[in-house]
Amino acid sequence: MTDDTAVLAEGLTRSFGGFTAVDRLDLRIAKGEVVGFIGPNGAGKSTTLRMLCGLLTPTSGRAVVAGFDVGRQPEAVREHIGYMSQRFSLYGDLTVRENLHFFGGLYRVPRSEFAARIQAAVAMAGLEGREEALVRTLAGGWKQRLALGCAILHRPPVLFLDEPTSGVEPEARRHFWDLIHNLAGGGVTILVSTHYMDEAEYCNRIALIDAGRMVAIGSPGELRARELAGKLYEFDCTAPGAALIALQQAPGVIDAVIFGDRLHVMIAPRGSAAEVSALLERQGLRTGLPRLIAPSLEDVFVQLVSRPRAAPIAT
Amino acid sequence: MSAAAQTSAVAARNLARSFGGTVAVNRVSFEVARGEIFGLVGPDGAGKSTIMRMLAGVLRPDTGEIRLAGVDVVADPERARPCLSYMPQRFGLYEDMTVAENIFFYATLFGIPASVRRARGRELLDAAGLQPFERRLAGQLSGGMKQKLGLVCALIHTPQVLLLDEPTTGVDPVSRRDFWGILYGLREHGVTILLSTAYMDEAERCSRLALLHAGEIQYCDTPARLKQMMTGALLAVITQDSRRAHAALEGAPGVLGRLLMGDRVNVRVDDAERRVPELRARLAACGIGEVSIARIDPGIEDVFVALLGSERTP
Repeated sequence: MTDDTAVLAEGLTRSFGGFTAVDRLDLRIAKGEVVGFIGPNGAGKSTTLRMLCGLLTPTSGRAVVAGFDVGRQPEAVREHIGYMSQRFSLYGDLTVRENLHFFGGLYRVPRSEFAARIQAAVAMAGLEGREEALVRTLAGGWKQRLALGCAILHRPPVLFLDEPTSGVEPEARRHFWDLIHNLAGGGVTILVSTHYMDEAEYCNRIALIDAGRMVAIGSPGELRARELAGKLYEFDCTAPGAALIALQQAPGVIDAVIFGDRLHVMIAPRGSAAEVSALLERQGLRTGLPRLIAPSLEDVFVQLVSRPRAAPIAT
Repeated sequence: MSAAAQTSAVAARNLARSFGGTVAVNRVSFEVARGEIFGLVGPDGAGKSTIMRMLAGVLRPDTGEIRLAGVDVVADPERARPCLSYMPQRFGLYEDMTVAENIFFYATLFGIPASVRRARGRELLDAAGLQPFERRLAGQLSGGMKQKLGLVCALIHTPQVLLLDEPTTGVDPVSRRDFWGILYGLREHGVTILLSTAYMDEAERCSRLALLHAGEIQYCDTPARLKQMMTGALLAVITQDSRRAHAALEGAPGVLGRLLMGDRVNVRVDDAERRVPELRARLAACGIGEVSIARIDPGIEDVFVALLGSERTP
């Protein structure tokens, strides 16, 4: 393990009875990286993260986090990580200062540094002058930044975030990600678990996990460029439902999905948007000019994760 | 109410509701046409659930009027009930009953005749892709499947108006896309759908949106028209070192906002044509080479930030 590696997993595996939740996972994360973990419910994401947090022993393989082996030194791992989720339990009936004192004690922050670290956390959250306010009276964004401040009071080199910005105001969410990138700039390694692709866009690399295996890993741009088998076009369409049915067996169409009043169609290199337009016109479906659009991370996700097909609904 | 409000599937006028001294919803008015998917969009605490509960007739507004499928909901919530279905954030599925038993239970609750019950249940199960899990306990379904089962139960009595309160919270992208596929299928059949969401990317899938902040509707329009209201242009700046590029662009003339993303910097400028060469020059002067700058479409979150500005007081 080289000096700039913060997280290393080799053949990491965890079974529950006969079920393999995580299957021979390999991963290397450098110091100061922000890495997102995405995957469907039940894909093995949480099991992986619980092992990396030293909360669950691997069945086989190994993982080293912040220099400690998660199987043999789980307590040392837990002392060197921070954890925060959207449901992070700040105490609403305690003040800002009391919450910080409580978590500072819990994480055994050295006495000599206590005051300075609490002050730094208050400053980071933008709560100067509000130290004596009850936490439940704070708006979402401030509460969230205070939660982050609590999670890093013991200066952990590795930080785990679980859907950290769901439900907060857009402006506050952007402010939060600035703070995260500042921490990463200072060498803290950050692992984010999320279902929300707009959170994943803030990550330097994204690991997609499905059925216990690593399906893809790369920067958001790399995943978009590498993992899609075709190009994405947007069609304005007066009857998107009928168009969707018309395209189900169309040659060169990889996938079609309704998006608002428009249709998003993934077209293979052997097909063309003009052919798709012509096919729809032949069915009496009017479309505007097709527009080449940038695929979203959701498009990548859906392509890489298999699923059973659902039939159209009737009422 | 106006003539248009009489014919809308849903019309709300001047809705207000306080809890104790806290104003949760204030002067909210909107109309939803039949077959629209209307999104109430905003962060936690913006008033989304309170509006939903008032529309569903389970919470009385302090003031204001609601008409739903022609029925005055405030005066006569019982008469509105057969026309609507309301799926709260925590829908009451019985976890120790199977998928089929839950559907049977809701069908009975809504007074669906036994002759129709089986066929309707089967059709909805097929549509939601839940057929293989008919005998599984609801408590053993994944988050996405639970939400789909909730939707099936909510649709069992073929409502004209569907009220969904944050239906996709905690649901993975594949299940979310399936869920939206079902909603678009319902729209084809003229069902009117109102849903709330805190997720800006999800908002783009709606026909029309109301952007909520602190209990009030700030803007209400189609996603495309809301995007046109945003001034300036959004650029993706891709370099070898996003962090340095982000720092280098601080205070650059014409830059209205900068956002450090995973592998790029998103920059909002007042005038793309004029600023792109300037930004290139500035990055080059800082020794940042291999710069790619491309115009990108703004998302609803960009619009929200541009229109509603910065955070208020803590």
